[in-house]
Amino acid sequence: MTEQAEGAPPDPPASVRPAVRDGLGVGISVGFSGLAFGAAAVTAGLSVAQACVLSLLAFTGASQFALAGVIGGGGGLVAGTLGAVLLGGRNALYGMRLADLLRVRGWRRLATAHGVIDETTAVATAQPDERSARAGFYTTAVSLYAAWNLSTLAGAAGSSRIGDPEAVGLDVLGPAVFLALLWPRLTAGRAEARVAAGAAVIAIVATPLLPPGVPVMVASVAALVALRSPSPGGASREESGS
Amino acid sequence: MNTWIAVIATGVGCYALKLGGLVTPRRVLADPRVRRFTELVPVALLTALVAVQTFADGRSLELDGPRVAGLGAAVAALLLRAPFLVVLVVAAGTAALLRLVL
Repeated sequence: MTEQAEGAPPDPPASVRPAVRDGLGVGISVGFSGLAFGAAAVTAGLSVAQACVLSLLAFTGASQFALAGVIGGGGGLVAGTLGAVLLGGRNALYGMRLADLLRVRGWRRLATAHGVIDETTAVATAQPDERSARAGFYTTAVSLYAAWNLSTLAGAAGSSRIGDPEAVGLDVLGPAVFLALLWPRLTAGRAEARVAAGAAVIAIVATPLLPPGVPVMVASVAALVALRSPSPGGASREESGS
Repeated sequence: MNTWIAVIATGVGCYALKLGGLVTPRRVLADPRVRRFTELVPVALLTALVAVQTFADGRSLELDGPRVAGLGAAVAALLLRAPFLVVLVVAAGTAALLRLVL
């Protein structure tokens, strides 16, 4: 992806530099949590190659952890795949929001689309103008993609040398990653906290009754609460997490 | 081989959603309730995953002390506004330490 260089003058205005700095900071620091994914994926029973292909093709952390989690828990692959893709549904919403901001046309959308994730949305929407939003988006996307894929390989290859993954606490990485991704939303409002509590209860109750992976999908009905009671001032809030 | 199909289907599905969002007309999100619903779906899905991965093993519910403590340590780190990677290291480290000691 070379879009961010295109059309950028030799001396970028002051607003673009902080965007690039934000992008690199987020991209590199979050990107290296691919170590955790690589390790968790191999622990769950994926091969090193499968972990790497998933990072290259899916490139959306929560979905990748979800698929690995279901496979590791002995769940059905169909339910695991559906749950992982459903979890990637928020990227479609990010895409709708970013389409306006990035204004990409034609074939470039094919490459740009792959970079539409939590972190790039967070950086892009935090910028004061469209130019710096674009700079922030592409800097985050490129640096995060590189770091995420390299560290997936390192984590996957490294964890196969670890004797017992549970002994070093790798089984906690999956839920800890989700919790960290979720945290800004959980603390954002009471509706979010209610939905989270409802979803947790539904998933726990459904676990002994349904095949692994299905309870997580069923728990998405907890979000229906939003249809009954429109949020107070919900339309003005940013939907992007960090 | 089945796992490969799941891996590739997940990759293709996730990409299709990203592209779909980028090319969808904005007016689809015009209804604030639809918008709110789509904001809350990730909250529900992610919380359910945390709950299941912490308190279940396959289809049986279980309480694994070190794992629950590891997640508790993650919550503490998040409350202290620790960076992403620090949260992960604290969580895994707590579980590992408890398993070593207990």
